[in-house]
Amino acid sequence: MEVDEGSAATSTAGQPMEVDGNPNPAPPAQQNEFSPDYLKLYYGRLFPYADMHKWLSYGHDGKHTGCDASFFSRREFSFTLEHDIYLRYLSFHDASTMEAAIREKCPYKIDIGAVYNVDPSKRTAYSNVGGDKVFSPAERELVFDVDMTDYDDIRSCCSGADICLSCWPLMTVAIKVIDTALRDDFGFEHILWVYSGRRGVHCWVCDPRARRLTNEQRSSIADYFRVCKGSEMNGKKVALTGPALHPSLLRAYTEVLKQYFEEKILLNQSLLASEQNFGKVLDMVPDESVRSQMRNKWHSSLPSKDEVNSKRWKQLKQLLEQGKSKGQVLRRCVEEIVFAYTYPRLDMEVSKHMNHLLKAPFCVHPKTGRVCVPIDPNNCEAFNPMQVPTLPQLMDELNRDDTASGQKQKDWERTSLASSIQYFKQSFLDPLARTNKAELESSHRAKLQEMASRPSLNW
Amino acid sequence: MEFKVAGGRRTSFGDASDVGGVQSRLSFYSNSSDVDVSLEDFEQFAMDRLRVLKGIEEGRTRGRKAEEIDALVVDLWRKHMRTPNAADIATKDMVSHFVLRLAYCRTEELRRWFLAMESALFRARFRAESPESQRKFMEDQKLPYKAISSTEFESVKEKLGQVARSLNQPVPTADNTFYKVPFEEVPELVSARRVYLQRGFAFVPRDQLASIVVGQFRARLSKALALTNRLWTSTIAVEEKDRLTPIVEALSMRYLGADYSQPSKGFVGLQDLDNLAKNSFPLCMRHLFFNLRHEHHLKFGGRQQLGLFLKGIGLKLEDALNFWRSEFTVKMTTEKFDKEYGYSIRHNFGKEGKRVDYTPYSCMKIITSTPGVGDHHGCPYRHFSQENLRSVLEDQQLSSRTVDAVMEKVRNRHYQLACATTFEAIHGCPSDGINHPNQYFEQSRRALQGGGQAENTSSSNGLQSVPLPAHHDPPHPVERGTLPIPGP
Repeated sequence: MEVDEGSAATSTAGQPMEVDGNPNPAPPAQQNEFSPDYLKLYYGRLFPYADMHKWLSYGHDGKHTGCDASFFSRREFSFTLEHDIYLRYLSFHDASTMEAAIREKCPYKIDIGAVYNVDPSKRTAYSNVGGDKVFSPAERELVFDVDMTDYDDIRSCCSGADICLSCWPLMTVAIKVIDTALRDDFGFEHILWVYSGRRGVHCWVCDPRARRLTNEQRSSIADYFRVCKGSEMNGKKVALTGPALHPSLLRAYTEVLKQYFEEKILLNQSLLASEQNFGKVLDMVPDESVRSQMRNKWHSSLPSKDEVNSKRWKQLKQLLEQGKSKGQVLRRCVEEIVFAYTYPRLDMEVSKHMNHLLKAPFCVHPKTGRVCVPIDPNNCEAFNPMQVPTLPQLMDELNRDDTASGQKQKDWERTSLASSIQYFKQSFLDPLARTNKAELESSHRAKLQEMASRPSLNW
Repeated sequence: MEFKVAGGRRTSFGDASDVGGVQSRLSFYSNSSDVDVSLEDFEQFAMDRLRVLKGIEEGRTRGRKAEEIDALVVDLWRKHMRTPNAADIATKDMVSHFVLRLAYCRTEELRRWFLAMESALFRARFRAESPESQRKFMEDQKLPYKAISSTEFESVKEKLGQVARSLNQPVPTADNTFYKVPFEEVPELVSARRVYLQRGFAFVPRDQLASIVVGQFRARLSKALALTNRLWTSTIAVEEKDRLTPIVEALSMRYLGADYSQPSKGFVGLQDLDNLAKNSFPLCMRHLFFNLRHEHHLKFGGRQQLGLFLKGIGLKLEDALNFWRSEFTVKMTTEKFDKEYGYSIRHNFGKEGKRVDYTPYSCMKIITSTPGVGDHHGCPYRHFSQENLRSVLEDQQLSSRTVDAVMEKVRNRHYQLACATTFEAIHGCPSDGINHPNQYFEQSRRALQGGGQAENTSSSNGLQSVPLPAHHDPPHPVERGTLPIPGP
């Protein structure tokens, strides 16, 4: 199955490092470089194996009678090694096996797949036999992938793989809107947002109910979030019909989109300043008279640079408001423009299939050297992708503090990874553990009941 | 659950348990109860239910809308599922369902058909129930669908109104009942944002509720069918091979319409045959007839298929003998004809041997026959090569668009629909469906004679609850086994 981001690991490492005899090599000159040796050290000392294992076991690593010891080993992992070597259907018996494999192979990327009905590495025993024995996914988190390249048509500051603080707010909007909807509309609680390491964010919904969703249900949730449709050729990307917005969209608009559009996106992306930019916005207005009116007005005028975007937006809004009385077509035009420039754009395919693999948190992105750290949705406005810990930075921190304290502090606690791992444990793993316990107990009870009253085959 | 069929040992299909939903007339058929059933009832109940299901199929292929199907079902149910004692209807309902489960679990195609028809039946019956009865049913089946209280309605009224307005629909009032349903149950509504979601629950208006309950019905029946299939192949088929198995296997192939054993509109004369053949015979019989005229001979299969058909349209025995004799004696002596062929013609009319009046073949029987070298019987839409079929159709002056449409249906193995399309092109009026060559003939006569009062034995959907006469198949090997359903 497809792997997200597709970006293969390339050996962008600078000069080969002198490693022999020196357990802590000095960092390279540039800060954002990725180095296989650093990766090795990272895996040796910082990667949180135990926490990852705890997460993915969902309580089955405990001592409760309802625990299924095979659960963790039925999870598929995949490694992307140096030189684009790709290993699939990997599985591990426990945390230490997983750690040994990662340290030995030093994968540039680790992906997490579904929990299958049998150990993935033993799947061939099941695909050749006909009838019931089929290798298939048993559970899998509900996942989302938001990638900045899907917004290229509406950002002018960067394009492609680059990001900056002008366009990053689009990701902030995506997190806020989707997180709120997942909680308020769908009732999910255990939601982990992770920086993808370069230009986007991933979302892992880990509630038991989410893990049991079928492909069809996942599709329906992805479609629920789909507002921007249409291709390059279609001027209108968003069609909000009807005299009112669905409550979910209305909430997104009033709580997030309007504000971010008018205060950040409009200005950061200079949406109305240049002819090229405002042309794109006007293309979304389905009324020629409004379009030409604005075009003419903005052609000739040249207000002070600071205010041009907000002033022009006010003018456009006013005209559209007046136009509402003319007919239905302009009724939702203001909202449509705002939605087109801000509403989250998801990669549908990632969410729809249980067997889709997604990059694991705490991986290091080979192109940027940045760690895929969790993002707190309650504080996502403060997240700055430019300040995410990088490999060289972490190595530096490890070096420095090695000699300084000599305390019994763990390695990760001494680095800037500390807050991320702390957040992962406290805000995500702990609440999840409580749910796991309750879930194990109730399903165990249910199983006992069923076995007690089981009839011998119904017709 | 056990079924005790009279005259046999108990056939065990599992544990007896509570009869689900007998008080409410609806059922998910999750379990059946212990009942004693006679062998005749075993078969008869199933056939009656099959008539209902085939009626539904016919309605669907005619493109009837949902409301029309609902009315059709009420009709069909009343007509076929009656019992002398009203209290027995529930038993008949259950027994017939479970017997048909056995009959239709055996192949993927059978299962799919049964699932589709039973779901449509269930939907219609559910929608026909009062809201109170629906509520009770959902409660009995432990479905997690709760109607919301008026206080809860007040609290979400505004949001429900927003959803309605976003869909250009009228705003709901306190009269609309809304149900709180886990969002997993309504993916289509979630997908299109046609429903208000709150903490994992969808607020579904009452008119959407049927879809959800039907979804449950479908899912359960689908699982049950797979289970039944395993059980059938592993144990039941063999255990019951002398008793229930033949009945079950025949059920899925049973033709249930009028049998045309007696001609409906009086008799036809010899002199009319050529004219009738040109205008009103279905393609299979045209082909046989004109082949006979041309070759002055037909092999056994052809003689049976055409001969019985002619009997069905009203050819008397004497005329039949003269007809066949006049053709055959072009190539042989009269004595030889009388000796070798006359007997079997008289036999078909029930004048020889065990004196059974044989019934003309239905489309199902003809489609599943296996014409060999030198044979001309069978169904042209099925048995002719594409080029041959095309040229035969073009000979009938059909437009190339019609021919293409027919060939398309043939490609999709809808032979009877192909025949109906030909009928419609030739007669310029719609057909009521073709399940039997004599039905084609009668529809054709009606259309050509200005569509007067049809006092024929077939009802408009080709199905009727005639008590079937002792239905004997002529001595011709009948193909048994897992065969696909006739029709679309």
